[in-house]
Amino acid sequence: MAFAGRVALVLALVVSMYGITAALYGARKGRRDWVDSGRRSVYCLAAILTVAMAILEIAFIRNDFSYNTVANTSSTTTPLLYRAAAMWSSQEGSLLLWVWLLSIWASVATFMTRNRLRDIVPYATSVLLGFGAFFTTLLVFFDSPFAQTHPAPVQGAGLDPLLRNPSMLIHPPMLYSGYTFFTIPFAFAVGALIVRRVDADWIRVTRRFALASWLFLGIGIVLGARWSYYELGWGGYWGWDPVENAALMPWLISTAFLHSVMIQEKRGMLRIWNASLVLGASTLAIVGTFLVRSGVLNSIHAFGASTLQIPFVALISAMTGGSIYLVVSRREVLRSEHTLDSLFSREAAFLLNNVVLVGLCFVVFWGTFFPLISKAVTGTSAAVGPPWFDRYTVPLALILVLLSGIGPAIAWRRATLANTRRNFLLPVGAAAVMAVAAYTVVPIGSSIGVVLLFCAATFVFASVGQEFWRGWRARRATSSDSPPLALLSMVRRNRRRYGGYIVHIGIAVLFVGVAASATFQHEQTLSLRVGQSTRVGAYTMKYMRASGSVVADPNHTGATMTLGAVLRVTRGGHYVGTLRPSAGYYPAAIVPGLVVASLISGDAVDQIGLQSSWRRDLWAAIKPLGRTLPANGTQLPEERLVNLADGTISPTLSATAQLQTAYVELGLIVAHYIKYPPTASFTLIASPLVMWIWIGGLIVFLGGLTAIWPAPSALRSRLRARYLARVAQELGRA
Amino acid sequence: MTPPRKRQVRLVVSLTLAVLLASGLIYTSFSAADPALPPSQLMRQGKAGADIQLTGTVVKHSVVDLSSGAVEFELADRSGGGPAVEVDYSGSVPPTFEAGRELIVTGELKGHTFVAQPSSMVTKCPSKYSAAPRST
Repeated sequence: MAFAGRVALVLALVVSMYGITAALYGARKGRRDWVDSGRRSVYCLAAILTVAMAILEIAFIRNDFSYNTVANTSSTTTPLLYRAAAMWSSQEGSLLLWVWLLSIWASVATFMTRNRLRDIVPYATSVLLGFGAFFTTLLVFFDSPFAQTHPAPVQGAGLDPLLRNPSMLIHPPMLYSGYTFFTIPFAFAVGALIVRRVDADWIRVTRRFALASWLFLGIGIVLGARWSYYELGWGGYWGWDPVENAALMPWLISTAFLHSVMIQEKRGMLRIWNASLVLGASTLAIVGTFLVRSGVLNSIHAFGASTLQIPFVALISAMTGGSIYLVVSRREVLRSEHTLDSLFSREAAFLLNNVVLVGLCFVVFWGTFFPLISKAVTGTSAAVGPPWFDRYTVPLALILVLLSGIGPAIAWRRATLANTRRNFLLPVGAAAVMAVAAYTVVPIGSSIGVVLLFCAATFVFASVGQEFWRGWRARRATSSDSPPLALLSMVRRNRRRYGGYIVHIGIAVLFVGVAASATFQHEQTLSLRVGQSTRVGAYTMKYMRASGSVVADPNHTGATMTLGAVLRVTRGGHYVGTLRPSAGYYPAAIVPGLVVASLISGDAVDQIGLQSSWRRDLWAAIKPLGRTLPANGTQLPEERLVNLADGTISPTLSATAQLQTAYVELGLIVAHYIKYPPTASFTLIASPLVMWIWIGGLIVFLGGLTAIWPAPSALRSRLRARYLARVAQELGRA
Repeated sequence: MTPPRKRQVRLVVSLTLAVLLASGLIYTSFSAADPALPPSQLMRQGKAGADIQLTGTVVKHSVVDLSSGAVEFELADRSGGGPAVEVDYSGSVPPTFEAGRELIVTGELKGHTFVAQPSSMVTKCPSKYSAAPRST
């Protein structure tokens, strides 16, 4: 099977190369058949890579440890669901996922454009296949997912326990979908620039892909934040880590693009800008893919030295150089048809939004790459921390939230005093009320940022709510629909517009959660014995008793043993809730004679205790054994634990009997831990409004989905047109 | 003003603003940044008194909890080898902290001890994309 996989990858490379040649030859000679052949190689590439994916996925599910990648990232003790997702925890597996997603989305895009944009499509096809060829080259020559070792090891290393989290199952495919989706607008932009056909046609065709890319990247970012909050045990969701930034940068640019294309479609302006944004965002997406595995930057993700630096740097340079050349050499045809009428117009608001988003991206870019920049300038590598990022991103984010309230309400072309008053009286009033309310509740001096953000968010809610209200009233006046139905049909008739508004509300909600939880969080790290308690903000948390389990595996992540604590939380003497943080212990490769130790000597991972409500999150993580060394100083706490029970398993027993005895021993260890709990160290957090971050993310997702969904009427009319065309063809033939 | 001239003025004003903002950004990044060093380099070129981001791996069997809640441990180069630096640390300790884990702390070298700023520790995730197979 592995041989078939290797053959598939070589075939994929050959097909990509053929497709590029065919499409380009067809475009040069005006031969439609060759262009079609190029397009079919995209489908063919998708089919071949699907086979390769299936082979590898089956190897993971069947625990075929002769594959190096399976042996390194999976094991029989890894639960099935996580085994299926273990593929993308390795470099070669994630590259295969990348190029497979690319081939699928490219097939969809080339299929949708098979009868449109005839001059642009061949070039777009070859760009897409170019990406395909690049990634399959990496898989064939540099880092093959089908490399094998014979004889196969009996057990694999297991999926890193930190990655055994539901968010991690879908986070990488989402992020990679986002990255790969953006290659489609990129390919069509390059095609449009090459043939100098730079009207809004290519944008109309690829807009939905840009939106999909934006949506998937956004989901990926939020899921990553959620994983960090639940799994990493520091209680945070964002740390300006290079890998987080790598996903954020293309997301910011594509947000800018989604706004500025509206100006190009409506007014024929900003063509150079839009072309640059598309080219920039997809280059940044490749930079993101590269950063995640290059090890060029110090990140909380510790990456091994990668062999792929040179090919990636070459690709990024080619994309950057090519983009700059295309835009500069085509600048004459990219000139705008119109100019800005007024600085008080929706165009100007969008323009400002674009400037802020690109500025934000520049800040993030600069901070992320600063270690490399400072090494080049001063000779020593230096890094900027979260405070530096916050100093710039907080005010810019404030402006953005404010703009997301102004944009929907301000008039196109030129806002008059009358319509400005009509549209902004309510939002400004609401924001003012919020300011007064906030002033009475929070001490304003230390938290001016959060108060401003609350006002800006209120402004957005009022402004967008007003738009919904007006649209709904107008709809009811012209139709006999019932009130809820009128709302629904209003949204359905104008999905892009109202989907966008829903996204704006979601973003404002999300920022409310971020601002409140970042500003008013209380955190304690300390050691507690059973019976001791501590105050975290307004809450008292008491360590009631120790807990533990063997094999029961309450979180279904394949942990052999968990040790934890039960904490009782009160506020002002009233019971609020119970937190059950624990640490999960995972098996490493079984060493004969040390069976008990093997079962728990993999990485220990936090399983946090969380009580979440719409007002606040209570969050607890535990290090059950503390970190203290015994006085004689040679044993780790885990080793001491094992010694409580070890040494009693006779090596003459069968392997199964040894394992059974070992589990009994583990049970004794847990019983001992529960009876004589040692001092444990805790991290305890009380943080307000965290849930609104996830709710905001969900609203953004729903809004994005609303905007992306094809309008039923458009679909129907397209089908009818196709039917009529076929009838006409038949009639002509008759 | 004629429209083309007006556009030129607008362009110049906005470009000037952009350049000013960018230079502010660049200036503050250089003044706010802390040099990032591995322990072996810190010991070699160690300047006392300057804030430094120290990156390395916690040496096995070196972690000691003090009764005050602070932690002492030794940090060695990621690649292994080279001299280890003793680190004094207080404040919030990420639960993933343990011997063998890679981490970053910010602080300064005082004598032979690296005194970290409270709560400046960031632990790294274990290799998600390690090129070499993990040994277990």
